[in-house]
Amino acid sequence: MKVVLDHLTKRFPNRNKKIKTEVVAVDDFNFEIPDGKLVGLLGPSGCGKSTALNLICGLETPTKGKVFFGEEDVTEYPPERRGVGMVFQNYALYPHMTVRENIIFPLTNLKGNNKLTKEEMNARAEKAASLVQISELMERKPSEMSGGQQQRVAIARALVKTPRVLLLDEPLSNLDARLRLQTREEIRKIQKETGVTTIFVTHDQEEAMSISDLIIVMKLGRVQQIGAPQEVYDEPVNLFVAKFLGTPAINVFSGNVSGGRLYIGDKCVLETEGARDGKVYVGIRPEGFVPDAEGPFESKLLRVEVMGRDITVVSEHELAENPTVRSIVSAENRIDVTSETVRFTLKPNKVFLFDAETEERVFFKAE
Amino acid sequence: MKKSGFKAWLYLLPAFIFLAVFMIYPLVDVVIYSLEEGYSFTSQQSLGVGLYNFSKVLRDPMFLQALKNTFLMVIITVPISTGLSLLIAYGLSSIKKLQELFQTIYFLPYVTNTLAVGMVFMILFNDTEHSAGLVSAIIRFFGGAGVNFIKGPYWAKMFVLCFYTIWIVMPFKILILTSARASVNPNFYKAAKVDGASNAKIFFKITLPMISPTLFYLIITGFIGAFKAYSDAVALFGTDLNAEGMNTIVGYVYDKLYGSGGGYPSYASAAALILFSIVLTITVINLIIRRKKVIY
Repeated sequence: MKVVLDHLTKRFPNRNKKIKTEVVAVDDFNFEIPDGKLVGLLGPSGCGKSTALNLICGLETPTKGKVFFGEEDVTEYPPERRGVGMVFQNYALYPHMTVRENIIFPLTNLKGNNKLTKEEMNARAEKAASLVQISELMERKPSEMSGGQQQRVAIARALVKTPRVLLLDEPLSNLDARLRLQTREEIRKIQKETGVTTIFVTHDQEEAMSISDLIIVMKLGRVQQIGAPQEVYDEPVNLFVAKFLGTPAINVFSGNVSGGRLYIGDKCVLETEGARDGKVYVGIRPEGFVPDAEGPFESKLLRVEVMGRDITVVSEHELAENPTVRSIVSAENRIDVTSETVRFTLKPNKVFLFDAETEERVFFKAE
Repeated sequence: MKKSGFKAWLYLLPAFIFLAVFMIYPLVDVVIYSLEEGYSFTSQQSLGVGLYNFSKVLRDPMFLQALKNTFLMVIITVPISTGLSLLIAYGLSSIKKLQELFQTIYFLPYVTNTLAVGMVFMILFNDTEHSAGLVSAIIRFFGGAGVNFIKGPYWAKMFVLCFYTIWIVMPFKILILTSARASVNPNFYKAAKVDGASNAKIFFKITLPMISPTLFYLIITGFIGAFKAYSDAVALFGTDLNAEGMNTIVGYVYDKLYGSGGGYPSYASAAALILFSIVLTITVINLIIRRKKVIY
């Protein structure tokens, strides 16, 4: 089921009643989520991504705009009529019910023609449980299970009534690092198997990039960019998106374009034909640096971190936004650790220019 | 290890001494009194030791009346007050406007003096030749016959007593249940809504089980409180409760000690121990039910 958001807007009155201006949590969302895709809603906390999820789910009603599931306008529908399954951040498993009772609960609410017999409910619950591999835990209480197992129960409960859309609110944030890696693979797998259109909210860009078909980057209630993870990483539309994606983060310098050449300080570091003159922010991905004794980019060497497959060169540059500059280079390069400075040439396709005023991308012709 | 054990006992000593002097010693003393036949305060002597006091108390019509009154009150007031409080607490947490104002209003009876409230109730429910209480006036307005709830038939008096008790105990229960309901994570409600549960189902399948520990606490303390009722009856019917036929077990104990027919510490002690064993039994039954009804 594809999900279409049409000029979707949600404003809240300010918590402090003296302030009359409203808080815009979701500002004019326009996009289409294709059928059967796994989509990550990504943004820093407070950017409105959970509100967006609640609007799709029906727990919040929009101030303006519409939500479509397929061709059907579901804007006025309460959550139960939309046919959505939701996994909450803290799972919201009913603590007084066993796993089986938890999974069956949504089925017991079906009415009319959809009503199921006890056997049918049990069969559906068993099927959902086996999908998330918790069949042997059916008679346990949530308190007798680990976080990862609870998470699976929550997913099974959301899937048991075969929802048209599956929504996950920060599904991995309550798990430890190892379990998080495992669970995200699991979510991807379950989504592939069921083919259900899935939207999940996260503030962790790595999480979003690793399993999503499509990511939607948000900031302060506005969509910044939508695209496949690699595409958004390779072609960020503005400084925020560039900074938000990638670990280690992109290195940002203040620079200047003049006559088709990019200057950081008074050194020309790159030919940037087609870029207009003016002040810019220069974003350089860590992998965009190539060690070169004759290279135009020079910075003060601080230390070298050996990771095995590659090396992180940590250096210092006075025009960098962060005091340290991180560059990742292949371990085949030999960096002279005793040297005061280190020199690089830059890979043009890993260098992005952003207007110093608007922070929007400034394009140039990269050879 | 040994030294710290000694220290722990030392720290416990002050509390232990207080408990021993003011709790354990009187308890033992009451048991001794109850077993001494014909003990009198003045002579400080008794005729012998046995279970005579218990059989005497259990055959005393006044005690049996008190027992009946107390049981009736418990059975009527505890379920009604708890149920009503649950409804009101649910209502209070559902409304949005003026919630705090209503919470305050519902809590007011708690901070009001019981005797003052008793007087108000007397005025409301009284019906004499000189003045008709509001309740009787209303009954007459609708064509009924006025009833003197304070000095009238037994059922009327019991009705007022229960009404009064329920009214007095509800604010505390409402307060506790409101906060219990507020402490349920709102995500459970959201999850249930997404899963298509109706409001009634959410209440019975989610809210009620989640606040059931609090509910059990209120039921147990409600039982204990109602069994120990005394001041409520005094506030409505005055101190001579036996004449009114509205005595309670605690009232009986008091009468046997200091009342007009008083000076019998042995009977009082026996009655107190009978009350104690009733309360203990009910509490144990409650706890067993609670354990069976596995709350998470």
